[in-house]
Amino acid sequence: MFYIVDRRKNPTGKSLGNRQRFMRRAKAQIKKAVEDSIKTRGITDISKGDQVIIPGKTLKEPGFHHNRRGGNRDYVLPGNKKFVQGDRIARPNEDGGGSGGSKASPDGNGEDEFQFTLTRDEFLDIFFEDLELPDLLKKSLKQTTAFRSARAGYSVQGSPANLSLVRTMRNSLARRIGLRRPKTAEIRELEDQITALQAKAEKRPSGKLTKPDEETLHRLLADLENAKSRMKSIPFIDPIDTRYNQFQQIPDPNTQAVMFCLMDVSGSMSEQMKELGKRFFMLLHLFLHRRYEHVDVVFIRHTSRAAEVDEETFFYSRETGGTIVSTALEEMKKVLKDRYPTDQWNIYAAQASDGDNYSNDGAKCTALLAEDLLPKCQYYAYIEITDEREAEIFAAAEGETALWKSYAPLAAVNPQFSLKRVTKAADIFPVFRELFAKNRAEAKT
Amino acid sequence: MSKSSDIQNTNDAISAKAKNAKTGKAAKSKANGSKADTNTLLFNGADWDFDTLKTTYDAIEDIALNELKLDVYPNQIEVITSEQMLDAYSSIGMPLMYHHWSFGKRFVRDDVMYRKGYQGLAYEIVINSNPCISYVMEENTIVMQALVMAHAAFGHNHFFKNNYLFKQWTDADGILDYLQFAKRYIAKCEDRFGFDAVERVLDAAHALMDQGVNRYSHPEKPNLAAELERERERAKYEDETYNDLWRTLPNADPDDQDMDEIQRRLRIEERRAQFGLPEENLLYFLEKNAPALQAWEREILRIVRNIGQYFYPQKQTKVMNEGCACYVHYAIMNSLYDKGLVSEGAMMEFIDSHARVVFQPEFDDQRYSGFNPYALGFAMMQDIHRMCIDPTDEDRKWFPDIAGNNEPVETLKDAWANYRDESFILQYLSPKVMRDMRMFMIDDQISSPHLNVAAIHDDNGYRRVRRSLARMHDISVREPDMQIVDVDLRGNRQLYVQHTQHDGITLEKSDAEMTLGYIGQLWGYGVTMQAVDYDSGEILHEMHFAPEDMSQS
Repeated sequence: MFYIVDRRKNPTGKSLGNRQRFMRRAKAQIKKAVEDSIKTRGITDISKGDQVIIPGKTLKEPGFHHNRRGGNRDYVLPGNKKFVQGDRIARPNEDGGGSGGSKASPDGNGEDEFQFTLTRDEFLDIFFEDLELPDLLKKSLKQTTAFRSARAGYSVQGSPANLSLVRTMRNSLARRIGLRRPKTAEIRELEDQITALQAKAEKRPSGKLTKPDEETLHRLLADLENAKSRMKSIPFIDPIDTRYNQFQQIPDPNTQAVMFCLMDVSGSMSEQMKELGKRFFMLLHLFLHRRYEHVDVVFIRHTSRAAEVDEETFFYSRETGGTIVSTALEEMKKVLKDRYPTDQWNIYAAQASDGDNYSNDGAKCTALLAEDLLPKCQYYAYIEITDEREAEIFAAAEGETALWKSYAPLAAVNPQFSLKRVTKAADIFPVFRELFAKNRAEAKT
Repeated sequence: MSKSSDIQNTNDAISAKAKNAKTGKAAKSKANGSKADTNTLLFNGADWDFDTLKTTYDAIEDIALNELKLDVYPNQIEVITSEQMLDAYSSIGMPLMYHHWSFGKRFVRDDVMYRKGYQGLAYEIVINSNPCISYVMEENTIVMQALVMAHAAFGHNHFFKNNYLFKQWTDADGILDYLQFAKRYIAKCEDRFGFDAVERVLDAAHALMDQGVNRYSHPEKPNLAAELERERERAKYEDETYNDLWRTLPNADPDDQDMDEIQRRLRIEERRAQFGLPEENLLYFLEKNAPALQAWEREILRIVRNIGQYFYPQKQTKVMNEGCACYVHYAIMNSLYDKGLVSEGAMMEFIDSHARVVFQPEFDDQRYSGFNPYALGFAMMQDIHRMCIDPTDEDRKWFPDIAGNNEPVETLKDAWANYRDESFILQYLSPKVMRDMRMFMIDDQISSPHLNVAAIHDDNGYRRVRRSLARMHDISVREPDMQIVDVDLRGNRQLYVQHTQHDGITLEKSDAEMTLGYIGQLWGYGVTMQAVDYDSGEILHEMHFAPEDMSQS
């Protein structure tokens, strides 16, 4: 009695539950490792999985074990080459331990560190953990996606209610033509002709038809017989004709968001500052993308004029001119009005600037924001990118830029409006977290 | 086969790459000069399908049952992918296992090691169950499949069915059912009480797993399911009735100081008798007596304890178990070749794999990490075979019972049935094997600045070397001697654990502290651990755990 069982088709991933429990266990360490790596890695790889190294301490599985050193013990080793009884050998080094040779472990540090690879999902989950967009509940944002039925062609089976008459009848007609099923009209015509001939016979004194008529009658009768049997054997509608409308459940993105990226591209913004701004936008986009089924991104750049541009131009093309921030806000207002009605879209905006603004423009910006934009936005983040050297000066002198001055009062009254300063790449993530921290109210106090 | 899962360390395992290269070589050598008649061959080339697997199995079975006369459980061979093999690895080789993060840890570690090519996978895993389940990997060549079937489905299988330790302590019929039960039960607990609560109990129980076995007392009933039911009822009864720990009325007895020595001793003896102390099975004691545990927590301790007990024989028979399996596969493969059923090329591949498995690095080799149980077991069993058939004078002197009896397989079967590693080495390790492996014994005294070569493979040393090697394989020497010795019923319910220290060998301190914390967590009150010297009986040091420590951590 024996069996060979092919288990290869069995579901794999039996260890998934264990892996998840492991992740839970090591969560704090993994999170720290992820945050460290986010600070340094390029923004484009952010959504890939990553190799993580965490300290092995929390993953220790203790037990009562003998110390490997100390005490009096004897043991046997293989491979004697020159020793004889009574020889003395110098004690091997500390790490040699009682067992003789050192235990070489491929991962180097053995128990001290633990290295493994996170999947993309695990990585992002940790990345976004305890971040939450403000006012997420607005506009029916739920984790569960709504579904709607959409036509998805035809199928040969389905419920009678979904029977597609047109398709079915078309198939039926084609089949009947193809198989030469006699039409009812043809039969009726044959019958009429026969009746006519029979009537003719009755009218004649002999009661019989003429020879040619007789033959015609016979032929007609045979034709009728034939036609009727054909009609019987070829059904009007056959099961193979039936077609049903098919519907598919497709996810309905009732949760869609548009993200406005506004950036000052005037000469005062250096490449490095733009790069910082980019990182912030990318993070925001990544985050929104995870939250919403559909995310539109609108790039608006401005100098003394503003224009909606594509991503490439937004980040990389150069422009010269002054700085009038209100133009960008105007542009955003226009795009909003044209394309993104507030009842269908969640609106997020992120503005990056070095804080320069045309001196008379401040009031206008404030007005635009306060009256037109902020009421429509779920969230409006303003990050001010400053040079590292300048940052020190600002910190010391309490100096504020023109734009900061005009925005600061707004932040006090609009909870969905935040401003932050950023000086270097490593600042981005903490700032991002702070902006979207779960409890912004607490964070502010 | 879990902890003794085959070919599990880096030295033995052969990466897939190396294997491919080998197959090519073998194929070439076959093309050059194969004498065997291709018509009688069981298989050709490296690929296999289920028909070949079956005919090969039949040929192997024929040799195993009719030539070697092995006594095995019915076999079930399961073909799995490498991914499934990784899965099986992490849950200590069992097909069913409850979930715990430590298995996940093993999984992610093995996963990284495997993907980076540091570590190959075992060719097979075999489970001590009835029917005996052997997992073989789909990417093995047919030669490897033959080797694996001979090794696991007949070698290990025979050992599981016949060795006295397995007969006494494990229940091959019931283990899969019991694991199924354990898995469901723990999943249910997770649902009801939350992951964290269950994880806390499992962590603690795992830490005490090695101390959760009965070493000397009679085996439990073989039918685990029925036993379980009985125990549950009993536990329920005990819960409902009386527990002396909960005595709240003040005791009318006078204070300890007023009692005379004899009376006090009597009280201690009485108390110890009541709790069945001293108790070496820490998990058992906690399961039965810890005052604050919930019923489900006790049940989880019981599950871990039962699984620990199930693996207890495997820990003590690594050398024998692997030696037996290697001896059997070696005999079967050679017999297949002698019958002209496998080609020379296939034999080359087999010998190459076999040689890697039974390779023993020498002590000064970088790869050395202790005695390779495959190597030692195989060498000893081949040597027994030799002594039975072709003994020397030395063999007649050392082993008068078996030398030249011309019944090698029967002699071995007797050894497989009635010994464990320690006693097997003590009984059967011959001077020839000691010489071949050039064994020498080191005496390591803490007081001496040097290591002393106490004995080598010569007439003066054979017996000492043998005794020392046997002791190295004695689980009661390898694992610390831990016992629960007393409970303070009248005071703060302090639990006393004793580590009997032999030869000044202490416990690994940080681990012991953590483990003590786990005992305290299960016990719910303070725990004191005393290290007591075996010879003098004096208390060397104490370690304390106070329940307040728990709330902090």
